[in-house]
Amino acid sequence: MHRNFTVLDFLVAQTLNGLVYSMLLFLLALGLSLTFGMLRVINLAHGAFYLMGAYFGLTAWNLTHSFWAAILVATAGAAIVGMLLERSWLQRFYVRNELDQVILTFGFALVFDDIMKMLWGKDIQSIPLPLLLSGAVQIAGTYFPAYRLILVGVGVALFVATWLAIERTRTGALIRASVADRVMVSGLGFDIRLLFTYVFGFGTAIAGLAGVMGAPITGIYPGLDFEVLITTLIVVVIGGLGNISGAFWAALLIGLAETYGKALYPAAASFIIFGLMAAVLLIRAWGRDEEDVE
Amino acid sequence: MTVADVIVQRRAKPFVALRLWSVLGLMIAACAAAPFLGMPQFVQAMVIEILVFSLLALSLNVLLGYTGLVSFGHAAFFGIAGYAVGVIGIHISTDILVTFPLAVLVATICAVPIGWLSIRLSGFYFLMITFAFAQMVFVVAFRWKPVTGGSDGMIVPGATLFGAPILGSRESFYFFVLAVFTVCAALLYAIVTSRFGRTLVGIRESTPRMWALGYNVRRYKLAAFVVGATFAGVAGALNSLFNLFIAPESVNWTQSALVLVMVLIGGAGCFVGPIIGATIVLLLQQWLSSYTEYWGLVLGILFIVLITGAREGIAGLVMQGWSYLRGKGP
Amino acid sequence: MTAAVRTSRVSKSYGAFVALKDIDLSVEPGERRAIIGPNGAGKSTLFSIIAGQKPPTSGSIFINGADMTRARPDELWAMGLARTFQRNQLFQNLTVWENVELACAAHHRGLFKSVSRDALDDEIGGILERVNLLGSYDVRVANMAYGEQRQLELALALAGRPKILLLDEPTAGMSPTETQAMLRMMIALPREITILIVEHDMDVVFSLADRVMVLNLGKVLADGTVREIQSNKTVSEVYMGKAL
Repeated sequence: MHRNFTVLDFLVAQTLNGLVYSMLLFLLALGLSLTFGMLRVINLAHGAFYLMGAYFGLTAWNLTHSFWAAILVATAGAAIVGMLLERSWLQRFYVRNELDQVILTFGFALVFDDIMKMLWGKDIQSIPLPLLLSGAVQIAGTYFPAYRLILVGVGVALFVATWLAIERTRTGALIRASVADRVMVSGLGFDIRLLFTYVFGFGTAIAGLAGVMGAPITGIYPGLDFEVLITTLIVVVIGGLGNISGAFWAALLIGLAETYGKALYPAAASFIIFGLMAAVLLIRAWGRDEEDVE
Repeated sequence: MTVADVIVQRRAKPFVALRLWSVLGLMIAACAAAPFLGMPQFVQAMVIEILVFSLLALSLNVLLGYTGLVSFGHAAFFGIAGYAVGVIGIHISTDILVTFPLAVLVATICAVPIGWLSIRLSGFYFLMITFAFAQMVFVVAFRWKPVTGGSDGMIVPGATLFGAPILGSRESFYFFVLAVFTVCAALLYAIVTSRFGRTLVGIRESTPRMWALGYNVRRYKLAAFVVGATFAGVAGALNSLFNLFIAPESVNWTQSALVLVMVLIGGAGCFVGPIIGATIVLLLQQWLSSYTEYWGLVLGILFIVLITGAREGIAGLVMQGWSYLRGKGP
Repeated sequence: MTAAVRTSRVSKSYGAFVALKDIDLSVEPGERRAIIGPNGAGKSTLFSIIAGQKPPTSGSIFINGADMTRARPDELWAMGLARTFQRNQLFQNLTVWENVELACAAHHRGLFKSVSRDALDDEIGGILERVNLLGSYDVRVANMAYGEQRQLELALALAGRPKILLLDEPTAGMSPTETQAMLRMMIALPREITILIVEHDMDVVFSLADRVMVLNLGKVLADGTVREIQSNKTVSEVYMGKAL
């Protein structure tokens, strides 16, 4: 069926692309935000876990030709590396100041970046979609790539699931309490350190998941880790560190803004995004200005 | 012990500045003499680069080490001055008495609004907003092709003096940079050891205390920011005039990260730390790039080792070793 | 006579939570005024508001008759107000001398106010002598005992030659000996300095204060002389059997 390309088609296509990008950003932002909210750590290596997941998935796919295996391996792999990192090094840095944590995680980001380059090379790679997911779905007369719809669905589902888990379950209550008062909670007798490790692992796991699921769309290449890290940081800052629903709406905003921006004003797109972050930071600072003098 | 006793005791202490400047002075003298003793061209180029980046690192340390402001956008002012040299050279005059001061002035002027807005935040948020502003500058450099040459970069016209070209030879530029570096380092030292500098240290140690003591902390932070940006601008102008070229990479976050590394590796707590850091990082970069392309890995490991074991950088390690040897204990 | 410090219907809310409601406090010049109350009464909040760290949700604050409701801490300092912090805010990596130097130097900023090296040194030495810290002039604050740090905290506030001194739980965390030493120091302060003190230690309050305001759950429970408060039944009930 052939139709003339209309403005509507453009809007629809860009919106869907934007939503897909937003969901990937949300998955990343969720991990980063949770990690900060709970552990008070800013993990600049977070982008590396996205790329790591993609590469793990790639290898898994090369070996098994199964997309599901790729997803599994990517998520699990990112989780394991993340938890190892947390256990072995990060734990010592909870008492240190922000700058030290930033430097440490940035160092790991650089190390991971080069190790991945060593192991997987510098070419752009990708993971092809399984036949099952590569079709198109027709909604209201337009065709949508099925995979992109699934991605959006996964993002929303994870948002709802995580939100429910944190707001409604006992573990979630524990997490919220730890965010509010870590010392108090550890005094209650729970092994807070284990919980921290799991939360950190969860964060890196979904970063890895985002990486492998996004791979068929964004591709896999060195440098992608820092690209997504920058955008994720913007999302997290705008959404509010530690704020999950904030991360969701901010991801939507930035994802759509960047997609539309790139399509309409490519030269100014990044400028606008960075400007947005600066603006949000300043508006919040002015609000706080009314409060405490730092 | 009376007050008079204490005052006498304090005044009798060894003059720190003397020791520092005798060492620095010696190094500068060595650099000045070297070309006459047969210094190869590529070493001259290396030293020029080290001097330029040492100045950049020193300028960042005014914010980082002395005031406690961790900026991730310092390269912005390095780049703004660098581009300004080119733009002024192309459109107004290539006379160095015009391009150099004007370029630095442009960097200083840009620092005022950026600083005024940024210092209202602290910690991670300060990091992020300086990063945001720097990236906005980067996008301008990258995209504004007619003015900045875009991603291709911009050719910077050579410097002239009253019409005649100068600083054409590497050697003449070498001495020029050495002179500018010496003057700027001396100025920076005077600034950070002055009462103003001590106020900055107070702000770093306890901002609420400083407010309560009657200091308008925001004004001091802004001053530190602008001072740092100005000297970064000097470094940027030097860099442009030397390479006769500038590209957006000079303004990118990777450049800001590099300066940050230099300051931290050398030691942010000591005046000469940044100089040490710049030297080590550049030499390492030079040496390693012939062996491996995995510069990031080395840098990353350096970061991790540094922050885990040697928080105060190389200068810190040296000072610890020094006081250990003198029996003072760690 | 104009009050040195006066709050007029000061209230502070954090969203739905009301920390302070309609606090009317007045401190006469030269007076020793204490604010006491159980935990969560709002003492620290009131203190922060008067010290310029937080703005009140409503109400006004007058320092020597001037409306300083939204003034910054440095503006309050310029009016002759100095404060100590409950949790030491000292320059940890600097020596005791350097700490006091920063405090004294604040007075001598500006082109027309600069002072000679000798005069400044004498000033710093004098202050250290008064708080018995002259011997430790070269010690790094981070290496000092907690009690001594508290003393330095007071010294920094006094360095400004304030007319109004706000003390935020100055004896918090101190041993009985240290508390006595601090109390003696505070009692010895000249009567030109108006003192407003927030305290938990009742002995300190009743030894030092002229008048006492008791806060409970953000409201004024009682306000009067030491004797009046000591014989106030409601106050002792609120403190649950604590011997007043």
